[in-house]
Amino acid sequence: MGNILDTGNTAWMLMSAALVFFMTPGLAFFYGGMVRSKNVLSTIMHSFFLVSLISVEWILIGYTMVFGDDISGFIGAMNKFGLATVAGTIMDGAGIPEMLFVAFQCMFAIITPALITGAFAERIKFGSFIIIALLWSVLVYNPMAHWVWGGGFLAKLGALDFAGGLVIHILSGVSGLVLAILIGKRHGYGRLPMLPHHMPMVILGASMLWFGWFGFNAGSALGANELAANAFVTTQAAAAMGALGWLIVERLHAGRPTLLGAASGSVAGLVAITPAAGFVNILPSLWIGILGGIICYISVAVIKQKLGYDDSLDAFGIHGVGGTWGAIATGIWCSLDVNPAGANGLYYGSSDTLIAQLISIVAAYALAIIGTYIIYTVVNVFIPIRADEKEQTSGIDIVEHGESAYNYTGFASSSLSGFSGDTDLASIVARTNR
Amino acid sequence: MSKMTKIDIIARPEKLEDLKLALNSIGVQGMTVSQVFGCGLQKGHIEVYRGKEYNVNLLPMIKVETVVCDVPVDDVMEVARNTLQTGNVGDGKIFVYDVEDCMRIRTGTRGFKAISDDEVVE
Repeated sequence: MGNILDTGNTAWMLMSAALVFFMTPGLAFFYGGMVRSKNVLSTIMHSFFLVSLISVEWILIGYTMVFGDDISGFIGAMNKFGLATVAGTIMDGAGIPEMLFVAFQCMFAIITPALITGAFAERIKFGSFIIIALLWSVLVYNPMAHWVWGGGFLAKLGALDFAGGLVIHILSGVSGLVLAILIGKRHGYGRLPMLPHHMPMVILGASMLWFGWFGFNAGSALGANELAANAFVTTQAAAAMGALGWLIVERLHAGRPTLLGAASGSVAGLVAITPAAGFVNILPSLWIGILGGIICYISVAVIKQKLGYDDSLDAFGIHGVGGTWGAIATGIWCSLDVNPAGANGLYYGSSDTLIAQLISIVAAYALAIIGTYIIYTVVNVFIPIRADEKEQTSGIDIVEHGESAYNYTGFASSSLSGFSGDTDLASIVARTNR
Repeated sequence: MSKMTKIDIIARPEKLEDLKLALNSIGVQGMTVSQVFGCGLQKGHIEVYRGKEYNVNLLPMIKVETVVCDVPVDDVMEVARNTLQTGNVGDGKIFVYDVEDCMRIRTGTRGFKAISDDEVVE
């Protein structure tokens, strides 16, 4: 193709893609530890299964829908179906193989629907979940990613989204809220205790998310360079301030700072900095992080309680709200000094980007709400989506997957195979005394 | 004629080691211990998760079950009380029951002989 391969950039991007992959099992544990033990396996399964489902979807049609030749600013053409023309191509500017870009973006496409699963945890049937997730990825995620990253109309408008505040967090958070409302609350919500069953697992998951987020944000620089370093530090700063902000407000509002709060706050900060990481300076990232933590705390601990919807694991409260704040913050603090491919934001004297951000936020909300509503309504005609009361009481793990997570007693189940023989008393005694 | 009596002791978990030693010292060797949850007069506490308040009013306790015959029931109750009492709400309870029959599974022995310490393993 004529472009020179930059081995430094390529090496970093290979690692980044793997880091972003790691965020999906991290999310699985973050969510898994927060649900009741009878539902932990199905919660983890949601994320884990999407790795397989979306990897295949991405290779076949996802990549081309997002990054194929632009059709009217709306969607990509099928010219890269099944990754046609990708092999051997080096991307100019970054000097990395296009195939590597495919891999990197694949991991983003995987984690986005996985984020939604937090909204309907503990009450969805697995088969319906697969169909909804697949339709959502093709009909909601792919278009939005094209609009912002694939040369679509929002990119042409000047919207800035470094690593996915609009495309990933707002889209998944808002869609999660829609599904949480349409599917309905968990049976017994507000009356039965629904506490995290394994806090250490939650922290393990949050830590894996934070670690992988360096690939998510710094890797979106597409190079081993100063911009990546800027994104790395803004990410760290925002995560740190997010945790501090959440903990301070939690201490004042609820009385004691919790470990769940520390983890949630750091994730909120990470979400908020995602669209901004490679566009803003370090000091604004401190503000973006701390306000992300505070705003998300209020949305989860105050507004959600008042409005009464059951967004089980706060997909909207953290990703939807945090992403919205981050997208706005990008329009305020983006700076050409940090990234010449960006713009100067409101703080530096121009409101153009902020306006483009606001339009993009509205577009993201609209696509998420309308797309998710249609998908849910159509699927619900054919198959039940909500797990009924009996299933929710038994636990999704045992009903959908025939598995239970913690078999500590060792005597609760009996072996089916290897047991044959007579059932009269003399035979049983003879057998047991062998 | 030896009368068998079952004694349930619901106690604070951190007192288990002391209770076992104390019971051993008056000749009570065999017991069954389980983890239970209990509430009585104690109020429990509030836990808050992401803004949602939960009233945790069943507290972890242990239940020690033992059947005695040679050792006087009053001795067991007094020793237990001395070991377990702190003066705070939540110290626990002791319940006393008749036992109809029992068996040592290893030897098949029935009745009060099954809970005495005569049948030592050689």
